[in-house]
Amino acid sequence: MKTLLELSGVTVSFDGFRAINNLSFQIGEPELRAIIGPNGAGKTTFMDIITGKTRPDEGRVVYGEKSESLLKMSESQIARSGIGRKFQKPTVFEAQTVRENLAMALSNPRGPFDVLLYRKTAKGAARIEEIAEEIGLTHELARPSGELSHGQKQWLEIGMLLAQDPRLLLVDEPAAGMTPAEREHTTDLLKRAAQTRAVVVVEHDMEFVRRLGCKVTVLHEGSVLAEGSLDHVTKNQDVIDVYLGR
Amino acid sequence: MTQGFLSKNPSVLWFLAILGLFTVVVTVLAEATGIGLLSTSFIKTLGKTLCLCLIAVAMDVVWGYCGILSLGHFAFFGIGGYAIGMWLMYARTEIIVTESLAAAAIPPTPSEIENAIGTQIFGVVGSSDFPALWAFSDSLFLQLLMVVLVPGLLALVFGWLAFRSRVTGVYLSILTQAMTLALSLYLFQNDSGLRGNNGLSGLQNLPGLEDTPQSVVSIGFFWASALALAMGYVLFAWVVSGKMGSVIRGIRDNESRVRFLGYHVESYKLFVFTLTAIVSGIAGALYYPQAGIINPAEIAPIASIYLAVWVAIGGRGRLYGAVIGAAFVSLLSSWFTGGGAPSIPLGFYTINWTDWWLVLLGLSFVLVTLFAPKGIGGLFDYITINRAPQRVGDFGPDKGALRREEGQQEPEERRP
Repeated sequence: MKTLLELSGVTVSFDGFRAINNLSFQIGEPELRAIIGPNGAGKTTFMDIITGKTRPDEGRVVYGEKSESLLKMSESQIARSGIGRKFQKPTVFEAQTVRENLAMALSNPRGPFDVLLYRKTAKGAARIEEIAEEIGLTHELARPSGELSHGQKQWLEIGMLLAQDPRLLLVDEPAAGMTPAEREHTTDLLKRAAQTRAVVVVEHDMEFVRRLGCKVTVLHEGSVLAEGSLDHVTKNQDVIDVYLGR
Repeated sequence: MTQGFLSKNPSVLWFLAILGLFTVVVTVLAEATGIGLLSTSFIKTLGKTLCLCLIAVAMDVVWGYCGILSLGHFAFFGIGGYAIGMWLMYARTEIIVTESLAAAAIPPTPSEIENAIGTQIFGVVGSSDFPALWAFSDSLFLQLLMVVLVPGLLALVFGWLAFRSRVTGVYLSILTQAMTLALSLYLFQNDSGLRGNNGLSGLQNLPGLEDTPQSVVSIGFFWASALALAMGYVLFAWVVSGKMGSVIRGIRDNESRVRFLGYHVESYKLFVFTLTAIVSGIAGALYYPQAGIINPAEIAPIASIYLAVWVAIGGRGRLYGAVIGAAFVSLLSSWFTGGGAPSIPLGFYTINWTDWWLVLLGLSFVLVTLFAPKGIGGLFDYITINRAPQRVGDFGPDKGALRREEGQQEPEERRP
């Protein structure tokens, strides 16, 4: 397992408040990693830094075999280099159909003229069907995604993430608003994805994290408090004090 | 543009059919080509309206589809008009001057002719020298190139600066308005090289076609405008259909999400902004020879605001909505302001529509925005939505639901 992404000594302040404080983190490929932590621990800011939404004040973020710095790249460049993100609140294009949403996410050339002259291919259509099957939206493909239920939108967004075919998936609270059966399906899906890629899951729900059965990183006040298996970190006295004890 | 594109967008065929029918009817009723029921000036009004419809379609793409409320597209329209107007004015003045100098005893030298043309054109602003801006004005081809190049380049540079700095929403609208205002104030100056507030005039007289009556010229421009509108409509319908349209509408609804999908949002906005600016320039180049005169007041920000009002009233986010809005509101506007609408005496006060039309327009804009955000084009939804749904196959997951084959149950795995 080789390292895909490495953050070292990353610090971000918002108006003097240190959201991320000297954070170091690395993830290999393939790997599944869960990130837990109390509110305000910097989980979302952590994802914002990787995807280029927030620029850190200090530190390095390097990615891939060539150890490229993500700090010099724009959001769209980072996304094109293979980092996909699912937001906490499902953000799908509600005015467009499920199929259009998935087609937009499919990994194809992203330039304006490529897209203008893009022709639907049988391969692309097959891939959309395949993803729709996986996320259980086969019968909803022609519907505007605004009509979907909250859980279905979550699925659609996960589907869009898969369609992007990224090397690193950042998934923010994938199970929020899902029924137990749907949660189970989500766990399976993420585990399967992690067989070939790096997957980072931010989640509050301990049961969900337990089912993922992977290495866990605990964030607290913008830095790593503990790292290891779930059993290991839940026995850690610091973790119990700041997170589990309350 | 394959068979698939038109069959998937039936509204385009409908639009082309209606536009074609309209053109035929007007041609039959026109003075030069038909029974002469419509006056030449009315043909010109209709031709101008078609040009306004074209710029409205462009505005709809940039605002209704891409979410950029540009208050600068009438500036591009005006630039197109100025570009063609410079050639029209130069070439016509050249003919007149050459004719009058030919009568002189000594044949004039080329520089004498040049000076005489300069005096004719710029005498009104107290000058006789040709500014550098007019370097290409003797060539129709180069000026036609300017119709496309100048709005395109201006939009490219302005858009690149604005979009790169991630200026969006109201701030971008203000920025485009500032650009428009700056351009019109510049053109108002006498030393801008474009005759200040006099603008360019006599554009309806085509050089070399002096003997052709205006009735023929007007129907020619009407056809050209109809053709331009048809081509522009098909072009934009093609751009906003398919994946490009999907991305553009995505940018309108959630820009940062599109960015995280790996699309370079700024390039897309720049593409849309520049393409629509070029089409606006072409629309302007067809409009002003029919209007006969262009002056900087045409470029003032208020014109671009009208454009936004037309598109909003017609219905944003559907191309035919923009056409309906532009045609309806601009024709209605010329009826009201031209004294066509009868005054309403209230006893204590008489409502003169020339004064009150703007109030009525503003009120209807507010009402449409509040109560009918889809605009006039939204009425078409009633036609399409009430069509009977396709009832093929199974009706529902319940045991009692109607089945294609009686007694069969829906397989379990169909339910997500």
